[in-house]
Amino acid sequence: MATLLRVEHLRTSFHTRAGTVRAVDDVSFSLNPGETLGIVGESGSGKSVACLSLLRLIPSPPGRIETGRADFGGIDLLHCEDRQLRAIRGDRIAMIFQDPMTSLNPYMRVGDQVIEPLVIHAKISREQAWHRGIEALREVGMPDAEKRMRSYPHEFSGGMRQRVMIAAALITKPALLVADEPTTALDVTVQAQILELIRKMQRELGTAVIFITHDIGIVSGFCDRVLVMYAGRIVESGSTAQIFYKPKHPYNQALQKSIPALHEKGEKLYTIPGAPPDLSKPIPGCAFAPRCEFAQEKCTTSTIALKDVTPDHFSACLRIQLREIDLTPAHLPNRLFAGE
Amino acid sequence: MFRFIARRLLQMVPVLFVIATLTFFMIRLAPGGPFDTERNTTPEIQQSLDRYYGFNLPIYRQYFRWLGNALHGDLGPSYRYANRTVNELIAESFPISAELAFWSLLIALALGLTAGIIASLRPNSATDYIASSFAMVGISVPNFVLGPLLVLIFALKLNWLHVSGWEHPIDRILPSLTLGALYAAYIARLTRGGMLEILSQDFIRTARAKGASNLRVILKHALRGGLLPVVNYLGPTAAALVTGSFAVETIFQIPGLGRYFVNAAFNRDYTMVLGAVLFYAWLIVIFNLIVDVVLVWMDPKQKFE
Amino acid sequence: MDGSEAEIRMNAVGETTGTEEAERGTSLWRDAWQRLGKNKMAVISTVILILIVLASFIGPFFLKLSYETQNLQLGAVPPDVRHWLGTDTLGRDLFVRILYGGRVSMSVGFCATAVALTIGVFYGAISGFLGGKIDMLMMRVVDIIFALPFTVFVILLMVFFGRKFVLLFAAIGAVQWLTMARIVRGQVLSLRHQEFIEAAEALGLSKPRIIFRHMIPNALGPIIVYATLTVPAVMLLEAFLSFLGLGVQPPMSSWGVLIKEGAEVMEEFPWLLIFPGLVLAITLFSLNFLGDGLRDALDPRAAKD
Repeated sequence: MATLLRVEHLRTSFHTRAGTVRAVDDVSFSLNPGETLGIVGESGSGKSVACLSLLRLIPSPPGRIETGRADFGGIDLLHCEDRQLRAIRGDRIAMIFQDPMTSLNPYMRVGDQVIEPLVIHAKISREQAWHRGIEALREVGMPDAEKRMRSYPHEFSGGMRQRVMIAAALITKPALLVADEPTTALDVTVQAQILELIRKMQRELGTAVIFITHDIGIVSGFCDRVLVMYAGRIVESGSTAQIFYKPKHPYNQALQKSIPALHEKGEKLYTIPGAPPDLSKPIPGCAFAPRCEFAQEKCTTSTIALKDVTPDHFSACLRIQLREIDLTPAHLPNRLFAGE
Repeated sequence: MFRFIARRLLQMVPVLFVIATLTFFMIRLAPGGPFDTERNTTPEIQQSLDRYYGFNLPIYRQYFRWLGNALHGDLGPSYRYANRTVNELIAESFPISAELAFWSLLIALALGLTAGIIASLRPNSATDYIASSFAMVGISVPNFVLGPLLVLIFALKLNWLHVSGWEHPIDRILPSLTLGALYAAYIARLTRGGMLEILSQDFIRTARAKGASNLRVILKHALRGGLLPVVNYLGPTAAALVTGSFAVETIFQIPGLGRYFVNAAFNRDYTMVLGAVLFYAWLIVIFNLIVDVVLVWMDPKQKFE
Repeated sequence: MDGSEAEIRMNAVGETTGTEEAERGTSLWRDAWQRLGKNKMAVISTVILILIVLASFIGPFFLKLSYETQNLQLGAVPPDVRHWLGTDTLGRDLFVRILYGGRVSMSVGFCATAVALTIGVFYGAISGFLGGKIDMLMMRVVDIIFALPFTVFVILLMVFFGRKFVLLFAAIGAVQWLTMARIVRGQVLSLRHQEFIEAAEALGLSKPRIIFRHMIPNALGPIIVYATLTVPAVMLLEAFLSFLGLGVQPPMSSWGVLIKEGAEVMEEFPWLLIFPGLVLAITLFSLNFLGDGLRDALDPRAAKD
């Protein structure tokens, strides 16, 4: 099975008055067809910027993709011609965003926005496209789809709007869907519905999904593999089971400990001490060291690299690589492991 | 929607009423009359003139007489031009002012929209800077400076165009440029601002993520919202163009309503002044109404209230 | 995709932990001042304005020629060593006349703006603060007056009631205060319900204290911006009226009068039109740029890019 997407050494920076912010600092990963990859990290970890970089959707001043390759079906997304990129966007790679309220055009009817990828990429009549649009809305569970096509975004609730976005994204049956925190702005109950919807569509269409989130709890029931990012770098990557049952990076472990559901009622909630680093200043050694309970001096003086510590399970933690420490998984109630 | 329009038309009545009354009494309270500079007349002729024009009546009766006629659409005879009624004069001169306003608006939109859109595509670049500076010049150079300057260059020195007049189609160019320049500048700035605001919104990113080309993004996504400030501004603009053309008409000797109005004011031609003022006010109301309707049509979030 | 670091600088909002900037903190005013300083055009404009103001008000003391000195034998001559900008048809030095004209034009500009400002601020603040029916009523009045074709009225006022200088102020000021009132009212309204006002009330601060120490400093921003933009609008109106013969009367002259005189003889003596026109345009240009710069600097949301 050929790799669908292979990203190598992606670096994206923002050149601002206060300095150059290295938002994505040497990220590499690959994705197979139909696979679900979760990218987890706090705000500012670079997870969104990395994926936006793939489609070159970073605002170009002040952002800039410094280096890297993103091989997609033989084309380097980061360096190909605009025309080629536009042919891929919306057709073979689709993206949905975090805030459905601002991501939909308030001045355009929902129907026009759903069929837009077809209008751009497919050579079919507008009438045919409109019918496909109605179907797409039905697929995502929109009641009264035909009438709703003529409505405007502000007439929908948040969850409905996200469904619209999903319908638009999947109407061209893309090979890859990038979902940038699609549930963050939604109510908890709606979150589950949307996740379910994405999963269902994925199964039906065989689309690979990159799922970006700051909530590590979500990825457990949803993704095949997980990347954990911190300060623009990947600190751990592996299968979902490995990430959860055998954490190999203190940051991963800390994230899991922070999940409120894991704590007993009345128990004090765990928060990771300290704050994320300033990305405009060079960071020596491991970026997480200042906040890490296992940190030693060598963590900030040595060169840190991502290495496989067990087959297909990579960690950037020096001490783990040297087998000096071992981490215990946070105790997870079984219900979170829906797909396990 | 029709209820909306009807309601607005109804609201218009008291406004017009206030304007008419205000103007009437303001004019009458002013010193000087329409016949002060006339050639000597005998008292008898003066008296019959007074009776014809109603000057012998107490002022409030004159007012009601005029008002009654006005409500029937009769704005009375002109005091200055014997044997011509105000209605006639307006009917003659207004189309000319309207045509001037039309061409000026066209130029303002063409120049302004283009400059504004171009400037917004590359903010803070050299292109933006140049376009914005032109816009600033348009705002800062008054039309009564620009007009004579244009005449100086194109008519007197280069001899390409006529110095004044309205007879030939080519005569439209300079006056329209002069009158439209200011509004072109405002429109350019509004367009740039509106487009910049829209282009930074998330849904533009969504459109790009779907593979939309730059052209499509601008035409189908950005313009709708980005032009809203411009449409908002069109009402006052059109009104200003039609009612503010005095200077340009004077400079270029165009027989439009503006010039008639100014002359009427100088000559104390009461009825003409009143007629013109009323006409202008009515125009402005209608323009605003049209613009409001278009605005609601363009922005789906607003409704007819 | 231009990634050069040159032009665009964005305020880095984000993950700074305990840097010096965060500790020092900047008040809104100092921040605005800094931002204004970085705006090159605004700074240049301010310098130009200061030069023009100084030249107009203090300059004539250093010059030998008065604006009245006529030299009929000389007539109109183009710029030369003795007369830097040439002379007019009566042999009067144009440079001096422009300086004196500047005094008048700018005095009218600033004073009328001050008048409009005062009326507008009081009206708007009261209306916004009292709210409810009184507010609605007061704003209705503003709306109605706003709907009147004001150029028309100003012309009428000046024609009918004589061309007194004071009346000029009244006419111009009467029109400009409207928008100021609207702006102030808008500010007061939005501030009224902001949490920090409620907090102040909860702390038991007295109403006048709230208004003066909390509301007005926050409302000042748009007021300053609009005032700076009103001055050129007023100057333009005055020049326009003078051009029509309705503004400043001889022997006083303003830039508008100079332009009018220049336009009359522009074919033979173009400099008589060009120089006053240029000076007026530059002044308006600078004022507009300054106003723009202030608006950008005072907007806490910063970056228009």
